[in-house]
Amino acid sequence: MVDVTPADAVPPAEVAEMELYHPHSWWTKYVFSQDAKVIAVQYSATAMAIGLVALMLSWLMRLQLGFPGTFDFITPEAYYQFITMHGMIMVIYLLTALFLGGFGNYLIPLMVGARDMVFPYVNMLSYWVYLLAVLVLVSSFFAPGGPTGAGWTLYPPQAIMTGTPGGQDWGIILMLSSLILFIIGFTMGGLNYVVTVLQGRTRGMTLMRLPLTVWGIFTATVMALLAFPALFVACVMMLLDRLLGTSFFMPAIVEMGEQLQHNGGSPILFQHLFWFFGHPEVYIVALPAFGIVSDLISTHARKNIFGYRMMVWAIIAIGALSFVVWAHHMYVSGMNPYFGFFFATTTLIIAVPTAIKVYNWVLTLWRGDIHLTIPMLFALAFIVTFVNGGLTGLFLGNVVVDVPLSDTMFVVAHFHMVMGVAPILVIFGAIYHWYPKVTGRMLDETLGRFHFWITFLGAYLIFFPMHYLGLMGVPRRYAELTDMNIMTESAHHLNSFISIMAFIVGFAQMVFLFNLIWSIRHGREAGGNPWRATTLEWQTPETPPAHGNFGKELPIVYRWAYDYSVPGAKEDFIPQNVPGSFGPSREPA
Amino acid sequence: MSVILVFLLVIAGFAGWWLSHQRLTAKPWLEQGVAGDVVGFDRSSLPTAKIGLGVFLAVVGCLFSLFTSAYFMRMGLSDWRPLPLPRLLWLNTGVLALSSVALQCAVVAARRGQVDMVRLGLATAGLTALAFLAGQLIAWRQLTEDGYLLASNPANSFFYLITAMHGLHILGGLVGLGRTSAGAWNGMRRERLRLSVELCAMYWHFLLFVWLCIFAVLAGWAATFVSICQRLLT
Repeated sequence: MVDVTPADAVPPAEVAEMELYHPHSWWTKYVFSQDAKVIAVQYSATAMAIGLVALMLSWLMRLQLGFPGTFDFITPEAYYQFITMHGMIMVIYLLTALFLGGFGNYLIPLMVGARDMVFPYVNMLSYWVYLLAVLVLVSSFFAPGGPTGAGWTLYPPQAIMTGTPGGQDWGIILMLSSLILFIIGFTMGGLNYVVTVLQGRTRGMTLMRLPLTVWGIFTATVMALLAFPALFVACVMMLLDRLLGTSFFMPAIVEMGEQLQHNGGSPILFQHLFWFFGHPEVYIVALPAFGIVSDLISTHARKNIFGYRMMVWAIIAIGALSFVVWAHHMYVSGMNPYFGFFFATTTLIIAVPTAIKVYNWVLTLWRGDIHLTIPMLFALAFIVTFVNGGLTGLFLGNVVVDVPLSDTMFVVAHFHMVMGVAPILVIFGAIYHWYPKVTGRMLDETLGRFHFWITFLGAYLIFFPMHYLGLMGVPRRYAELTDMNIMTESAHHLNSFISIMAFIVGFAQMVFLFNLIWSIRHGREAGGNPWRATTLEWQTPETPPAHGNFGKELPIVYRWAYDYSVPGAKEDFIPQNVPGSFGPSREPA
Repeated sequence: MSVILVFLLVIAGFAGWWLSHQRLTAKPWLEQGVAGDVVGFDRSSLPTAKIGLGVFLAVVGCLFSLFTSAYFMRMGLSDWRPLPLPRLLWLNTGVLALSSVALQCAVVAARRGQVDMVRLGLATAGLTALAFLAGQLIAWRQLTEDGYLLASNPANSFFYLITAMHGLHILGGLVGLGRTSAGAWNGMRRERLRLSVELCAMYWHFLLFVWLCIFAVLAGWAATFVSICQRLLT
């Protein structure tokens, strides 16, 4: 036992108190607020609202795939528009915004023991620019020609040509502008998250005492700050190609019998830029999920996280490695085989730190006092789903396996499992976990369990069969599959089944939304620390925490975030701000 | 993509150096008490605003590295016709350097507490930066008059795009400089003013550095340098 300083000899906190902006009116308190917690709720609500649109788009897509030819209003053009907007909204405007803008804003200041983000004004601007980006995106639904139908990867040349919905109309212009705005807004927020973790930590909160949630969000934000510029560059250049007739990406091309003015551009250049952003993006979404799930498992299994150091190192290693794997999305672009070999190797190496994390979660559960609360159920479901999606990632990471499977439903199944369903399960778990802190009330338990089982089992019933469809050779991105030889009758039945499951799972999300709104008023009173957790956000004097988070004095941190079930301690958890050492059984290693 | 990978390598090196000072090998489950203070590993003593600006400059650096990466990849294709850079750019470079020097003088003055000199430095820096932007616009005019239009060749497109991006960043910096100047004239607290001037200077030096790099790239020296390196390696 290394007791670094005797508890009674601790001098008062020396952290410079930040000057908080004190709101004077309702508008500056709830609308143009500089309080990170309000901004977090604004971010989350906006992200969920636009996510609901994306959910409905997926229903429309499933209507077409499950019952082809039944619905006249779903033309091939409309189908492509649904698919594009669904993908783009889910990946960027929902997952990225919710994890970093939502959970990042709420949890970072509270968990590191800060009064607020370090640059509150910039933080507020970040949300409003994000909202503007969302509004521009939504406006493309009402623009002449509708939203873009270029696929969420927006590959040129097709993205800005006549045949593609929105290509020569407003759709693609609004899409690119919206992304540019999103990146500007995100950069403002991202600066806050990074610098707050660096400089806002309270006394005693060393980096190695940070909860893994903060580590995950911090690393993901650093990655996002370095990866989003690639998308920015790609968007600006494509916008110039579309509006001013430059030829960054556009080759010489004949459209409807007419030679376009573009000449010599390189679509592959766009793919490099896009995936240089696109692959880190997977981990920008995954790392906060990894961090949050570690905390959920530890708290609800009443056991310290297994291998904390390894977990931190693995997060850093995954973050670094994810920048040198991007071309595995481009195996079929005709690249040099040695290139493919290099990227396949780096891709498979990422499996090592990722597997370390999975083993550590399982070992944290081992002989833990597992409480099957709703957050825990979602965390367990995440592990299963993530392993499942990760294993098919090993298939697709190999060039020889990827080439035949590329552009089939197998890929759709893979990425929905690993970066669609898995992070969303964590988001649900996290909302059930932290909702009591945000509102002071618990979410309804019965509705929650209903929501969990339908979502978890339903998501499997949707995406697991897609693997088989993919192995049969059923292509993705096709609006109409009726007259193809590979589409046997059983494949059609499977598609209808998947569609029906998609409606059921979507319906369960409505129950969740109802629960969110209903429980604000009618939920059971939660108290300050309903899960009996150790981290600082549960130790605030008020619930929901007031502006400034910690009352008169900032907490002082004496221990790491995972002191659960310490032998000799009175309770089975010791909050981070409780001094003193407990238990004779823990020997220095 | 090699330029951006080199840039990221530099960032990774810096991050690694920083992390190596953060006791990542500590065993937090064995350490209780206020460890951070005793061992002396905690927050940086640098002002938070400077760290924030540093992180932002890393993002800006990333952006320009990516433009440069795209430039080199596009350059390899057959339709690339390099454009002659107007000689005015040399003058503009000098003006921008002057702007940086003026701000550095303002920093020195702010540290000594000479408010008059700070005002002089800020005003000179602002005016020279505006002169730089005007010079860039005139350079654009010259090029378009000589028939080097935006869309007629990718080399032209990149020239306009990259100089425009750099100009926009200078323009953004001028907003910050304006706020600092307003503070200098309206009697901002001495410590605040010093920090504010230092932040401006940091941003200005960085944008000067970026300009020198992209000037080298656009003039083709960077490509020559790279090919010499490649020949040495093979």
